[in-house]
Amino acid sequence: MESIVRNDLHPAFSMRGITKMFGTVLANDSVDFEVLPGEIHALLGENGSGKSTLMNVLSGIYRPDDGQIEVYGELKEFRSPGDAIDSGIGMIHQHYKLAEAMTATENIVAGMKKPPKNSGKKDDVLRTDILRYASRSPAKTQQKIIEFSSRFGIEFDPSIPAGQLSVSQKQSVEIIKVLLRGASILILDEPTAVLTPQEAKKLFSVLRKMAAQGCAIVFISHKLNEIMALCDRVTVLRKGQSIETCTVSEIDAYDLVEKMVGRKINLSINKPDPDPERRVCLDVKGLTYSDSKSVPKLDNLSFTTYYGEILGVAGLAGGGQKELCESIAGIIRPQQGDILVDNERIAGLSPRDITQKGVAMCFIPEDRLGMGLVASMGIEENILLKEYALTKGPLIRMKDATTKAEQIINELEIKTPGLKHPVRMLSGGNIQKVILGREIHLNPKLMIAAYAVRGLDIHSSYTIYNLLNEQKQKNVSVLYIGEDLDVLIDLCDRIMVLCQGKNMGIVDASSTTKEEIGQMMSGTTLEELKRGVSYV
Amino acid sequence: MIGDFFSSIGSLLSIVFSASFIASGVAFSVVMLLGTVGELITERAGHLNLGVEGMMLLGASMGYYTAVRSSNLFLALLFACIGAGFGALLYAILTVTLRVNQNVAGLALSIFGAGLANALGSKVANTTTPDNIAKVFTWKPLSLTSPSGPFLSYINKAFLSHDIYVYLAVLLAIATTVFLFKTRAGLELRLTGENTAAADASGIKVTRIKYLYIILGGMLCGIGGLYLPLVQQGSWTNNMTAGQGWLVVALVIFVRWHPVKAIAGAYVFGSLTILGFSVQLNEKLSSIPIFNQYIMSMFPYLLTIIVLIAFSSRKKAWPGPKEIGRPYFREER
Repeated sequence: MESIVRNDLHPAFSMRGITKMFGTVLANDSVDFEVLPGEIHALLGENGSGKSTLMNVLSGIYRPDDGQIEVYGELKEFRSPGDAIDSGIGMIHQHYKLAEAMTATENIVAGMKKPPKNSGKKDDVLRTDILRYASRSPAKTQQKIIEFSSRFGIEFDPSIPAGQLSVSQKQSVEIIKVLLRGASILILDEPTAVLTPQEAKKLFSVLRKMAAQGCAIVFISHKLNEIMALCDRVTVLRKGQSIETCTVSEIDAYDLVEKMVGRKINLSINKPDPDPERRVCLDVKGLTYSDSKSVPKLDNLSFTTYYGEILGVAGLAGGGQKELCESIAGIIRPQQGDILVDNERIAGLSPRDITQKGVAMCFIPEDRLGMGLVASMGIEENILLKEYALTKGPLIRMKDATTKAEQIINELEIKTPGLKHPVRMLSGGNIQKVILGREIHLNPKLMIAAYAVRGLDIHSSYTIYNLLNEQKQKNVSVLYIGEDLDVLIDLCDRIMVLCQGKNMGIVDASSTTKEEIGQMMSGTTLEELKRGVSYV
Repeated sequence: MIGDFFSSIGSLLSIVFSASFIASGVAFSVVMLLGTVGELITERAGHLNLGVEGMMLLGASMGYYTAVRSSNLFLALLFACIGAGFGALLYAILTVTLRVNQNVAGLALSIFGAGLANALGSKVANTTTPDNIAKVFTWKPLSLTSPSGPFLSYINKAFLSHDIYVYLAVLLAIATTVFLFKTRAGLELRLTGENTAAADASGIKVTRIKYLYIILGGMLCGIGGLYLPLVQQGSWTNNMTAGQGWLVVALVIFVRWHPVKAIAGAYVFGSLTILGFSVQLNEKLSSIPIFNQYIMSMFPYLLTIIVLIAFSSRKKAWPGPKEIGRPYFREER
């Protein structure tokens, strides 16, 4: 296999003094960042520390206000992503950039440029072939793409629409897309966020292969254990500034957190014991739901939750978590099955009636503002949204909401310039605290927290974990739907694993492993695991 | 009663399948076919341009004015492109660069274009198409001189006795299909309309692509519009497109953004539009209330709604280019 290294004397790229402002917000403040050919380099930082901004500058999406970029020792100025691609830079975005209605092949080929003639490189011959066949013979193009992918141990079917691929296959398409454009510098923005542990392992072996061939790889992640396992060096960003670059083998995770946050923080979740009485709160029986396009989302799902415990729900994105929440909250009507709270049927009631039965939900969608809050309203008015229905008469009572808003702001340490300040102007962590605070104040019996820490940095996440644990101690039954398996294991008492809307089994958090949950997430039931059967 | 019903169906069919009716349907569909291909490539780039009516009129007036003043067909076509292309350029600046709402920009263009076109067109209102140009369109390139047998003469009259404009329009629709689905440039256009951010990240110059196809699309609308004063009527009348630009917007959806299907789609819409007139001339049919020409003129829209409903209820149907109506800003956070 030929080497992709262009010049070993220079770093693959070096960014110096990169500054980028968004309005009045300084996202990157004179950042320096350098990666060598053949190394896997982690970029670590809290939310809003400027990691994605920096990498978007490198891939030509943002234009920096100040600073220089050198690629293999040559000074570059990128006016568009196309310019960055021409310099050998490829970025795999956190939210994949694929046209879902078009095939993987079409997504890969569109925008590819003809390589120079007779360059003598083996890959260029392949690229020319792919482009030549692209408009004439899809079958031949697909075969060439499969051939190219297999070199890196990547597998997917290039003939089906991108929208029908699994998340990890979509990621593979993105990787092949940038590699076929000749990328020797690869940026991956939180690539493992939506993968099972098994898929993540596979990705790591692909990345190691590419690094061995001389690629420079930037790996953006929140997950310290992944960085420790995969990367050679790590650069820490804090509040838009580059703090330090260190060799991974010379430091430990606690040092990294300290550098990232700026002070020492305690990284253990203080888990109180669950209520030993095990009184049933929520009882879900045989829930089955297919969406308007007849795609099954929930498949004969049954489980119970107890007062004073946190039941975790693990599963791949789109495994039915959203539909489960919406069924319990009364937003959608499952075709079959029953939902009981305290032995009382709530299936079929309106969302408002369900709230009055003591069910509270905090669902954080991917865009974080889509559900639960009105972005342009202040905290006060957002609290009124749930409150007004409980007061008598046609008039609203602002005073109660104001008192409550002040209380929530104090208790949860929400940082806001004022009660009427539009919530969309708050930071992600503060927005999520507003939703959670409002739901907690309804004194629910059952609290559903779905993706409550989505996109939050370590510090804010721990605040939310503590809030949930407080609810558990108040004997509330908590249903926690999460993405990070380490957190699920640390926070929850029991964990239910969903796969395509089916209950794969409920494991005890104190005795399970990430690998076990991972296998269940990809379709092996707990019983099968116990019998030693595995499809992974 | 039932006998009456069958006999009126019979007369309707005899109209619809008569060679002369088909021939006028084909001729009438040219304007809409060219407009549909134009609007279709605009929408494939992710932009819904509601200004088709305005661009058709701009092309028609600029082209016809030039034809009358210069008696030169190529100059006339060129200025039809310039006129309609100018309207499309305004729309592109508003929606691509300034990221204005596409519907508002398109509606504005529709009204603005009609006003400007009527102002220019009235200057040549009392003239007719110059003879040398009119002569070009009396040439029927495919017409058989002595068709043998009733079948051939039927085909000849219905499909082969048209002017060059008609056949070029059909060829253009076929060529656009090949371009869209068999070339790399077509693939880049489709990707831009499906996911602009993905296209941008793939190294495609999306702004350039959007401008290019919005303007090209506008030009095709203009060339379509020019057919009306230059060939079909041979003179200028204000607002002479009479809603065909709006039918085009519906047609693009009706043919599901597919240029080859636009050939048949434009014929269906074109013949439905003239069916009202033909029915009026038939004694038996004109007494039936539903065959009122005003009621019949809404049939194309009714058909579009039916197609929309049929596809919206179909499970995995492609709902059209995804980026339509969504402004793209690369640095959006």
